Order: sequence, then C-alpha cells, then structure tokens
Amino acid sequence: MLEIANLSKVYKTGDKALIEVDLSVPKGQIMGLIGPSGAGKSTLIRCINRLVEPTSGKVLLGDVDLVQLSNRSLRSQRRRIGMIFQEYSLIERLTVMENVLSGRLGYVPFWRSWTRRFPSQDIQRAYQLLDRVGLLEHCDKRADALSGGQRQRVGIARALTQGPELLLVDEPTASLDPKTSRQIMRLLTEICTERNLPAIVNIHDVPLAQQFMQRIVGLRAGKIVFDGHPKALNEETLTAIYGEEDWNPSREEAEL
Amino acid sequence: MRPSDAYPNYWRKPPQILTHRQWRIGIQLAILAYLILAGASIEVDWQRVAMGLERGQRFIMGFLQPDFSSRWRDISQGLIESLTMTLTSTVIGVIISVPIGIGAARNLTPRPVYLVCRGIIAVSRALQEIIIAIFFVAMFGFGPFAGFLTLSFATIGFLAKLLADDIEEIEPGQADAIRATGATWWQLINYAVQPQVMPRLIGLSLYRLDINFRESAVIGIVGAGGIGATLNTAIDRYEYDSAGAILLTIIVIVMLAEYGSGYIRKLVQ
Repeated sequence: MLEIANLSKVYKTGDKALIEVDLSVPKGQIMGLIGPSGAGKSTLIRCINRLVEPTSGKVLLGDVDLVQLSNRSLRSQRRRIGMIFQEYSLIERLTVMENVLSGRLGYVPFWRSWTRRFPSQDIQRAYQLLDRVGLLEHCDKRADALSGGQRQRVGIARALTQGPELLLVDEPTASLDPKTSRQIMRLLTEICTERNLPAIVNIHDVPLAQQFMQRIVGLRAGKIVFDGHPKALNEETLTAIYGEEDWNPSREEAEL
Repeated sequence: MRPSDAYPNYWRKPPQILTHRQWRIGIQLAILAYLILAGASIEVDWQRVAMGLERGQRFIMGFLQPDFSSRWRDISQGLIESLTMTLTSTVIGVIISVPIGIGAARNLTPRPVYLVCRGIIAVSRALQEIIIAIFFVAMFGFGPFAGFLTLSFATIGFLAKLLADDIEEIEPGQADAIRATGATWWQLINYAVQPQVMPRLIGLSLYRLDINFRESAVIGIVGAGGIGATLNTAIDRYEYDSAGAILLTIIVIVMLAEYGSGYIRKLVQ
C-alpha cells in the first residue's frame, strides 16, 4: 500500500532528520514507530503527506509518487491520507461538527465550505462517524468545550471523514492519561481493522505500542534500526533504538 | 554533595545587557550627564508661564460652566460629521486592511506579496494622522471627506499590522491539520486562520473605532471637518464655555465607546 524508498530529509539548519529510509506498509497493517525524541519520527510521517518537504527519495501510495506532485495534485492526494495529531489540533473555536466536516474540505468547492453547506452524504457520513466514536450528542458543542479524550475522538472522526486509504497518527496519546490512552488506542486499532486501513502510529510509550501494534519500527538518528514483531522487543533491541538504559521494569521488586 | 557551608551563601543576578563593569558604569554616567545638560538647556520664561496660567484658569472656568445651548447647532453638526467620518472610515479601513493583513503574514503568503503588503503598512504607519490630514485637505479641500480619507488610511496601517502579527502567531498545528485534509489556500484561511484571529480582529476594529473618533477631533483642527473644526472655531473666538461643552461631549462619547467595545469584546471570546 505504502512504499517509502531512499527517503532523506535534511533541514535548512543542516540537521539530517532522515537518512535513506526504506519502509513498506501493507494494507490493513497497524505499524508503531518508536524512537527517542529527535530521531525523525514526526519528520517521517510528515514527509508522507508533505507537511514537511522531503529532500530526496520516493513515497509511493498505491502507484502515485507523492514526492513528485505539483501543489494541485498534492492536495487531491492528501485526501487519501488521514492525519491525527498529538495535541488534537482541532479548530478550538469551531463546533465539533465543523471540525469533523473539515475532513471533506479537499472534496468540496470553496463556497460550500465557506457557507458550511456540505453535501448531504458528507453530513450523513459525519454523523455516522461521530456516532462511531461516541460523540453524537456533542456535535454542536465548541471543540474547546470537550475533554482531552473526547477531542482526540473528534480528531479521529475528522481523519476518517476524508475516506482515507492510510492513517498517519502522530503521538495520539501524548497528552492523555493512561486509561484514556488505552481507550483511544483501542478505538484506533478497532477502526483500522474494521476498514482494513493501514496506519503509521508515532508513539513514545513502548508498553502501549507493544499492546496495540502489529509491527514495530524503531528509528534512531534518522535510520531504521529495528523492524519486527512487538514481541521481538527486548533489552537488546531497545538499547539499539534508544541507547543504554536499564530496561527491566521489575528490578526493584526483584531486589525485595 | 558537600556539607552545606561549603557552598556560597550569596548570589546576585548577573547584569543582562552590559557585562563589562567599567563600560556599564561609564555609560550610566554619560546618560546622567546628558540628562542634566539637556535639562539645563531648556529656557523657561516665567513671565509667559504666569500669563499662560491665567489664560488656562479662564479656560478651566469655562470648562466648569459649559455652554451647550448658544452654539448647539454648530456642535451637533460637528458631532454628526465626526461620527459619520468615524464609522465610515473604520468600516472601509477594516475591509481594506483584512486582505493586506493576510498578505503581510509570513506564514501564509509568498515572499513578494509579503514584502509589498508590509511596505503598504510601513507607509501608512510612518505618516502621522495630522500630516496625512494636511495632505488630503490640500488635495480635496476643507471638510469631512478629507477626514474620512485620513482616518481610513491610518486604520489600514494600524489594523493590517496587528492582524498580520496575530496571524503569524496562530497555532501551526491547527493549520497543519486543515492542510492535511487537502484543503485549498482559501479553505485554510477560512477554517484554520479565521476562527483563531476573529475575536482579536473584532476587538481591534472596535478599539480602532474609539481611536478614529478621538482622531476625528484632532484632525478637524487642520481643516478636516467634524467636531475638531467646531472646537477650533470656539477656541479662536475665545468662547471657552462652548469649547468646554465640546470637550465634555467628546469625553462622554469616548467613554461610551470604551465601555461598549469592552462589553462586545467579552462576548466574542
């Protein structure tokens, strides 16, 4: 489904964020991307929908190379890629419904989005998705009136209204408590399974990644240093990704 | 860790600007010396001060006994002119400054457009209202039309700059989220930028309405019509009681505008 080949990104400051990364994600696979801060996780997923311009390489979604596209065709290809953000990135002063409908912006002409007169099937789909994430009765509230977990559900609904073929998920649970984090991850993985959607999920929390991901890719200093099943993560592989640290969580208990 | 008495028990904030001690003291002394010399060079003619105070006293007396009635026709006409000027120039100014403000936001526009819009803002801000008013009065003659043009022009510089600065500080995540949906540039403005800057734009427009009313009194003095012209005439005729009435009217209207706009700004948050 998604093929990344030789992808490099050098920032203007000279920082090499990604160095010739090769990665492929098949249909329906939920892949976790882990690695220390600054390893290039965010850059990698933002290079896919070109919120960050890659310096060189290929990003094939189906058989379209996203890196080569002109602005206009990039916009129409972006509709195929849903994105979910760390701080939710909802438009705080708009209603929940407007936020969800904004997922259709790439499909409707300006006058429709300006007057908020979206096509009736878009509205129906938005209601259906709000129901799926459990926020149907909140649809007319302003987004800033919701709790963190509810906001992220709106973020998920917005990404899905696009009718995406791929989900990019940037630290979805970094601002949430452990219980809400698990609920959000469960919702995400359920939805991906229902729709056979592939997803790339940036995630800090290794146990959470192991619990919900089908595959883990470890990034360190712009290079892939681990690619395998979550069960294959052990002291040795974690050290390869993050560097030297005591990885055994039960050490203090063991001493007692 | 050593025992606590092994650590220093005093601490001073290090100087932030001039770290070199001699330079710091030298520059401070130089500033003080200049201040004393400059103060000594101001010539004060105490006789003229005394005369001025006497005239000021007459003015204050007139102010305490304002006369609204004998020049009421002039006052009301000046007021209507000023209010008309204020409202029309604010509306036109806001309408023109929104596109310029968007154009002058670095995070939304290509470099050439940005430079042109910032240029327009710089010109508008560099010229003080009185100077523009003199210019427009010379071009279009005495009266409120020159005042209307002056205030519109000044509004553009003020609003477009503050709007542009506000747009540059929007939360980039929200704009990224809208971009990621495949939205066009216009949709990005409508969905990601407008909701974030709208309360401030409304607040600034109302604030500018206040300023334009006050400025309309000032530019009237150089011939741009309105209540300022009436005030100028009253002072020229030594009618300090009428002048006092005009000043009181201006103060009341400014206060009403102040409270009104504060109330509306709270509503739109």
